[in-house]
Amino acid sequence: MTDETALLSPSAVGPERPAAEGGGRSRPGQAWRSRRYRWDLRWSPYAFVAPFFLFFAAFGLFPLLYTGWAALHQVELTDPDSMTWVGLRNFTRLWDDEFFWNALRNTVTIGLLSTVPQLAIALGLAHLLNYRLRGSAFFRVAVLTPYATSVAAATLVFVLLFGRDYGMVNWALSAVGFEAVDWQNGTFASQLAVSTIVIWRWTGYNALIYLAAMQAVPGELYESAALDGASRFQQFLHVTVPSLRPTIFFTCVVSTIGATQLFGEPLLFNGGAGATGGSDHQFQTLGLYLYEQGWVNLHLGRASAIAWAMFLILLLIAGAARLLRGRKDSR
Amino acid sequence: MRSLRAGRFTYVVLALFTAGSLFPLVWTAIAASRSNTRLAQTPPPFWFGGNLGRNLQLAWTDANMGTALLNTVIVAGTVAAGTVFFSTLAGFAFAKLRFRGSRPLLALVIGTMLIPPQLSVVPLYMLIAKLSWTDRLQAVILPTLVGAFGVFFMRQYLVHALPMELVEAARTDGASSLRVLWHVVFPAARPAMAVLGMLTFVMAWNDFFWPIVALTQNGSPTVQVALTGLGRGYIPDQSVIMAGALLGTLPLLLVFLLFGRQIVGGIMQGAVKG
Repeated sequence: MTDETALLSPSAVGPERPAAEGGGRSRPGQAWRSRRYRWDLRWSPYAFVAPFFLFFAAFGLFPLLYTGWAALHQVELTDPDSMTWVGLRNFTRLWDDEFFWNALRNTVTIGLLSTVPQLAIALGLAHLLNYRLRGSAFFRVAVLTPYATSVAAATLVFVLLFGRDYGMVNWALSAVGFEAVDWQNGTFASQLAVSTIVIWRWTGYNALIYLAAMQAVPGELYESAALDGASRFQQFLHVTVPSLRPTIFFTCVVSTIGATQLFGEPLLFNGGAGATGGSDHQFQTLGLYLYEQGWVNLHLGRASAIAWAMFLILLLIAGAARLLRGRKDSR
Repeated sequence: MRSLRAGRFTYVVLALFTAGSLFPLVWTAIAASRSNTRLAQTPPPFWFGGNLGRNLQLAWTDANMGTALLNTVIVAGTVAAGTVFFSTLAGFAFAKLRFRGSRPLLALVIGTMLIPPQLSVVPLYMLIAKLSWTDRLQAVILPTLVGAFGVFFMRQYLVHALPMELVEAARTDGASSLRVLWHVVFPAARPAMAVLGMLTFVMAWNDFFWPIVALTQNGSPTVQVALTGLGRGYIPDQSVIMAGALLGTLPLLLVFLLFGRQIVGGIMQGAVKG
């Protein structure tokens, strides 16, 4: 009981005070009201947070656990109600499945190709936006605009821009003397093209997050660095970047999670040819492979196994990041 | 904050970035105003042609864009309203009310952000199939009606924006929690609610993975799903596809044109107050 009263906010004392000051007249109506009042104080916080947890339980937690259960069964999309226990077979098959490893490899390469340049560009862009600018509001909104475009619309445009024969990118390349690139069928080329869509959509968003963090860096740090004779670039390197380390870490985590889930871009970059991720699966990601197994080949059990594999990979990355961060902090 | 004046170089680079950000959108409109044959020629068109009306009309009928847009407005609107309402409730509780277990519960909320949606997609599909919700809008609305991001966002805002004295004063006057919510919290939270509403609207409008699983093109799709069904012929008409992409993007661009500053402010606010 003691810690419960301690948990109550100071305002909890409020209602009792007027009652006491009122000469101790405790009519039954007042007593009931004050009891209802205390009841309200204690329980309404739970009522306020309940919707989130109810929805999460129904549409987040239950499916999460059930995916693990379904991964141990053979389930077909055509008849989701009949499940046959197969133990770990979905997982062992995945282990021997070259398309799974291919998709995993692609996810890693496309993830790196999109995340690393995206965050580096965003950092530089934020640095520029941090200057005293005329029309700064315009620039901020303009670089964020791609964020308002959907995966579907953006990918369809880029498919056209990256067209082999008549696409603008190849036209521009040939104009400056390069050979045309087969952006859809080349392995590296297609992965680069898919990454470009991701970079285009998310760089401005990340730049704004960096910009917010930059504006929180105390100006004295720059002043003393300037006094020490640091150039603008050195200030950026030795003051801005270190101050931004938590934010950079945060954006790395978010982008990594986003990269493991990459789905719409590789699905639609295929020009309506299905979920294979190119004629030779050259840009099929794990997210797309999951979709192909579940909703094209109708194997929901195997799709669940892929989902859990993705989750385990994320946990591995998170663990590695934690180790890395821990070591840096202890230095 | 330091305020070094930007040099000419900064403006040039920023102008290039701006051009890169806007170019694909402008070019969508250019391509949508041309014909398929013109798009299959080099050099690609750089200016508008005269086919915009025809292409928009074809996209409209071909992919049932009218229904799809209406569906998307319903979905994004409901999800935004629900997220704003429930997030404000939970954000207020986490920011200003003390209750047993509030810290671990908040940690749990943030933790749920790390769960990839793919992990729930199979059972979620089985669930909506069992409820016969496939192709119905509640299948995409309900699972996204509340999100951890919104709760976190509102909490961060209310921690600073809502003075505890205000809540206490209302309490001393004998106001119940609901009255406090209505007369104190909602007015104080209004700016953040607006921003969260817009951010959620944009996210819900653009959502792709779950809608394409739950809604087929022939049922009642959202714009994003309808787009994937465009130009499915033997030789897909790219100009019509671009017209469809334009239709699906234009409403959001309008939102951006009107509220861009606030959205930028919201994203930056959500980023710092950690």
